This record gives sequence, C-alpha cells and structure tokens, in this order.
Amino acid sequence: MIRNILIGTALATLAMNPALAQEINVKLGVLNDRSGVYADLSGEGSVIAAQMAVEDFKAADKGMKVEIISADHQNKPDIGSSIARKWYDEEGVNAILDVPTSSVALAVADITAEKNGVLINSGAGSTELTQGQCKPTTIHWTYDTAALANGTGKALTDAGGKKWFFITADYAFGQSLQENTAKVVEASGGEVVGNVDAPFPTTDFSSYLLQAQGSGADVIGLANAGGDTVNAIKQASEFGITQAGQKLAALLFFITDVQALGAQTAQGLSLTSAFYWDRNDATREWSKRFMERHGAEPTMVQAGVYSGTLQYLKAVEALGSAEDGKAVAAKMKESPFDDPLFGKGSIRGDGRAIHDMYLYEVKTPAESTGEWDLYKEVATISGEDAFLPMLEECDFTKQ
Amino acid sequence: MFELLGVPPQVLMGQLLLGLINGSFYAVLSLGLAVIFGLLNIINFAHGAQYMMGAFAAWMLLTYVGVGYWPALIVAPLVVGAIGIVLERLMLARLYHLDHLYGLLLTFGLALIIQGLFRNYYGISGLPYQIPASLSGGYNLGFMFLPTYRGWVVVASVIVCFATWFIIEKTKLGAYLRAATENPVLVGAFGINVPRMITLTYGFGVALAGFAGVLAAPIYSVNPNMGADLIIVVFAVVVIGGMGSIMGAILTGYGLGLVEGLTRVFYPEGSAVVIFVIMAIVLLFRPEGLFGRAG
Repeated sequence: MIRNILIGTALATLAMNPALAQEINVKLGVLNDRSGVYADLSGEGSVIAAQMAVEDFKAADKGMKVEIISADHQNKPDIGSSIARKWYDEEGVNAILDVPTSSVALAVADITAEKNGVLINSGAGSTELTQGQCKPTTIHWTYDTAALANGTGKALTDAGGKKWFFITADYAFGQSLQENTAKVVEASGGEVVGNVDAPFPTTDFSSYLLQAQGSGADVIGLANAGGDTVNAIKQASEFGITQAGQKLAALLFFITDVQALGAQTAQGLSLTSAFYWDRNDATREWSKRFMERHGAEPTMVQAGVYSGTLQYLKAVEALGSAEDGKAVAAKMKESPFDDPLFGKGSIRGDGRAIHDMYLYEVKTPAESTGEWDLYKEVATISGEDAFLPMLEECDFTKQ
Repeated sequence: MFELLGVPPQVLMGQLLLGLINGSFYAVLSLGLAVIFGLLNIINFAHGAQYMMGAFAAWMLLTYVGVGYWPALIVAPLVVGAIGIVLERLMLARLYHLDHLYGLLLTFGLALIIQGLFRNYYGISGLPYQIPASLSGGYNLGFMFLPTYRGWVVVASVIVCFATWFIIEKTKLGAYLRAATENPVLVGAFGINVPRMITLTYGFGVALAGFAGVLAAPIYSVNPNMGADLIIVVFAVVVIGGMGSIMGAILTGYGLGLVEGLTRVFYPEGSAVVIFVIMAIVLLFRPEGLFGRAG
C-alpha cells in the first residue's frame, strides 16, 4: 500500500515538472597545482575562473546542473593520472580543466581519450598536446611553447638580437621551449651561440649568467618558469648584465612573476601572453569581478580556464548531453568563437585553440600607475603566425 | 695563458668567487645546524623554514613598518630566534630524553606547517626585496663583475662564523656549553642553569638561520619554499663536515660552495647532485665526517 503511494507520488512529481527529466548534468574537475610552484598562476584562481564561467553562462537557467570539483596534482604525472582515473570512473566527471605541467597534462590527455572525457588544457605549455600526442578529446586553449617562441623569440631577433644564449631548465618543458625558440631565432636570421642546462629548480643562477655574459650573446633566453625565472632575472640585474646591454628574454613569464620581481627589476622585459587584464573593456570588466573574488589579477592560465569552460558549456548545451566527450570536443571545433577575453578565434581539428597572442613589455615604475598596471602592448601576433601548423594525422574533424 | 680543460682562467676565477659566495650561505646555515645538534642533540629540520622566516621578516619589516635592510639584519634574526625559543620551551624541551628521531620528526612537521601557513597568506610566487642602496652597484675585478652586495655577503658570513666559533671554542660561556652537553647533571650541580642555556643556544642557532634569510632576501626569490630547496643541501654539508663540529661545518660550507661552483663550469647538469655524491663518498670512507670525532 505505502509502496504504491510512493510510486504514485513520484510519477505525479515527474508529470508536473517535465524540466526535471531533461536536466543536463555536467561535472567539471579542475586539476592543477595547488601548493607548488604553479599554484599562484593556476591553483584556486582557476577554480574561481571556472565557477565564473558557469555563472556567466547562466547554466541553471538553461536547465543545466553544473558541478565543479578540484584537486592538487602536485606537478606529478602519477598523482595526476590517478586523480583523473578516479574522477572519470567513480565520480562521473565529464571534463578536466587547466592541468599545468606538461608531463602531467600529457598523461591526463591519454586517460581522457581512453575514458571519452574532454581535457581543456590551459596551464601546460608543450606543443606535443596537439602535435605528436594529439587526441580527439584534447582542447589546448591558452598558449604553447611555439607561440611563446614566435612571440618573444621572433620579436627580439627582429629587433637586432641576433646572437642567443639559452639558460634552460633541465627537463622536458625547458628543452622544448629552447628547441622551439632556437628554430624561430634561426629562421629569423639569428644564431644560437651557446646554452647551459641548469638543474630544476635552481636558486643561484649567477654562475650560468656569467657564462652567458662571457658568450658575447645579444640575448640571454631564459627557457624556464616560475621561481627559476624570477631568480635568474633578479640576479642578472644584480650582476649588471642588463645594464651592460645584453637583453633578457623571459620566454614564459606570468603577471604573478612580475609581482614577485617588482617593477623596478622587471622593467623593460619582453614577454608573450595570451591575455592581459587591462587590454579592453571586456577583459577589464571580467578581471574586476575576478579580482574581487580572488584578490589578484588573473593570469592568462586562469583566463583560459574561464573561456575554455564557456565554450565547453555552449557545446554541451547544443548537444543536450555531456556524456560523449568526443562528440562534445567535435562540437566545440565546429563553429568559431567570439570570446570576451580571447576575442575572435576557432578551435582547429587537432584541438589547438587559435587566437591572437600579444607581445608585451613590462612598464617602468614611472609609467606604471598602480600595483597591477604592468604591461604595455608592443605587438599583436595573429593566431596563424603564433601556433604551429596542424599535422595531417591530427585533424580529427576529417576522421 | 693557460687553460684548464678549455676554460680560461678568468672564467675559473669568477666561478670560484661565486662558489665562495654560495658557500657563505651554506656555512652560516650549516653552522646553525651544527650548533643546535652539537649542544642539544636535536636534528633541526625546521632550519630551512626558519631561514625563510628570516627573509619574510625582513620583507614584513620593510613593507608593514618601513624598517630598512640594516636594522632588519639585526631585528629579523632576533624575532626568528625568539620564535625558536618559544618552540623549544613549548615542544622540543619535552623530547630531549627520547631518540634523535623524535626531534627530527617534530621539527620536520613544524617546517611543513610553517611553510604551509606562509604559502596560504603570501602565495608561492615570491615577494620583491631590493638590494639596499648603499650596497648596490659593483666592482669590475677584471675577470668578473662583482656586485657589492655579494662581497658583503662573504664578509658578513665570515664575521658571523668566526664570532660563533670563537664564543663556543674559546670563551668561558662556550666552555660551559660544551661541558653541559657532556654532562648536564654535573654542570647543573655547579649552579649553572642548564635548561636556560640550552634554550638560548637553540634560539641562537635559529637566529643564525634568520640572519642567512635576511642576507638572501635581496638576491634570491623570497618565497615560502626557499628554505625547503636549500635545507637538504645544507644537511649534506653538515654530514660531510661531521655532525656537531663547529669548525667542520664552517669549512665544509665554504669548501662545498667552491666545489659546486666548479661543477657549474665543467658539468652544469651535475651541480645539483655533486654535494650528495661527495656525501656518499665521505660516508663510505669516513662515516664520522671530515671533521667529526669517531665514536
């Protein structure tokens, strides 16, 4: 008797509320570094960016129930892999976001393809994600080492920096960044006069900087990231290297690094970025809201998580389901986007998001009007020039 | 002009000098560890965190109070040392009758907590700290450009190391300290307050770490992990020098700085491991360390 009443009530509820039956459930997992060297440039800020995307998309009004979870991969591929597996197998995650540290990103890309999820990568730099190890379920949103090389590397060579010396972080990312940049330098009529592989991480760069100084190079390319770059730049200024006329190229440099150095030391540095908060009205408006919640201006990685999530949700809405990752990724590639933060662009068949990149220079303390007023724009690099051409076998729209 | 394995002598001189500068940090840090281990038998794993606290204290003094580098060089170590004294009284003092391992675990845990707290409040990217105006610029030595500040680091560390060695090995106070480590009960019977002496010694060792932190602030990135990166190397230095040997810690600190400097010229990839290779070799042939006493 009671059982029948219960069933009756349940059926009645369903009948009265048809929307409930059609609700699209989406579960997103932000997987990044929450305690290590990349925690400031991704970390909690990326989670906030993803939440803002869900709110701005007005998912709830569109009958979508979006849940966001997050975890710390500690920059270790084994930890990242096991979290990704658990998320797909046990927690019903549909897409994984951010994933800085290339080695972790490549491992998660494999698992994502196997489990038919979607990886929307913002934090990692390796071009392998959409080249040698491309997957139909990988979207690489924000930047890669080729784009950095085509920005900073080309600009400095064209500006007369013909002889380059590299100080390279001795692991996959550093080597890939050096290799990409060296190609661009040579293609622009420059030459590489030497390099030194510094262990990762390194506190004292003075020895390598003196080797770079002695090499007679015009430009010292720093193929490293985070604290390593900060230490190297701090010490180059101390040893009078920049004052003596050699230029420093910080090949991967985030706004959080400029803060760590202080405008006094960082002034005049060239850098390539996909995003800067003060670029136009749309980026300023979004960054202001981000700042209120996070207490710092967004890095390009965090901005990329926002935009990537936004495009993902659009695709899911159009499909009416987030279950088939491959289909969602294909849908994302179908039509070009006009994003508030990254402007007009499209996602190529290999998953590479093509959008403009920008060459910036760090302002002098006299030019800067506030704590975060740090960059001036030098040039815009179109997406076609910034990223590597697509490999035939990676064009998943034709398969 | 002679060349050594293709490296011109000017370059070699420059790298040796840089090695000496890095050695200065190793020497001051390993000295603090050696003092604490020699007199308290505590393996102070929080030393790296305390070094980081010294650098942060200098930054806070400048940012919040407007106190510059020179006063910070005195004030920051005192503050960090005082925090060390509180830790010793509240926690470490309860472990002296137990095995070394307990002190190590406690200080290791403390280091993780302290680093976590700083990371939570200040993030991981680091904070800017400029070289004081009176020490900016540098000298052209012919074979290299020596920043004034680096020269100051060497001078300051030599003074501090020598003063510490002198107090412990050559003064009456030092004699009490050494006696108290041999036989605390007997020294106490002579009317000397042994627990207080031990507390102050720990505070002093910690203050040395804080001092090194202030020295490092203008040239290295001031971030919560700066000590964690360094402390393992410093422990290796102490092991090579001989646990508890004051002079051993100082000389090994400078010596290994030089060895590391040379490695950076001839085989840069190996510079992160060379100290540990030496440690392994020393442990094989002289387990008590280069300057340690056997037994």
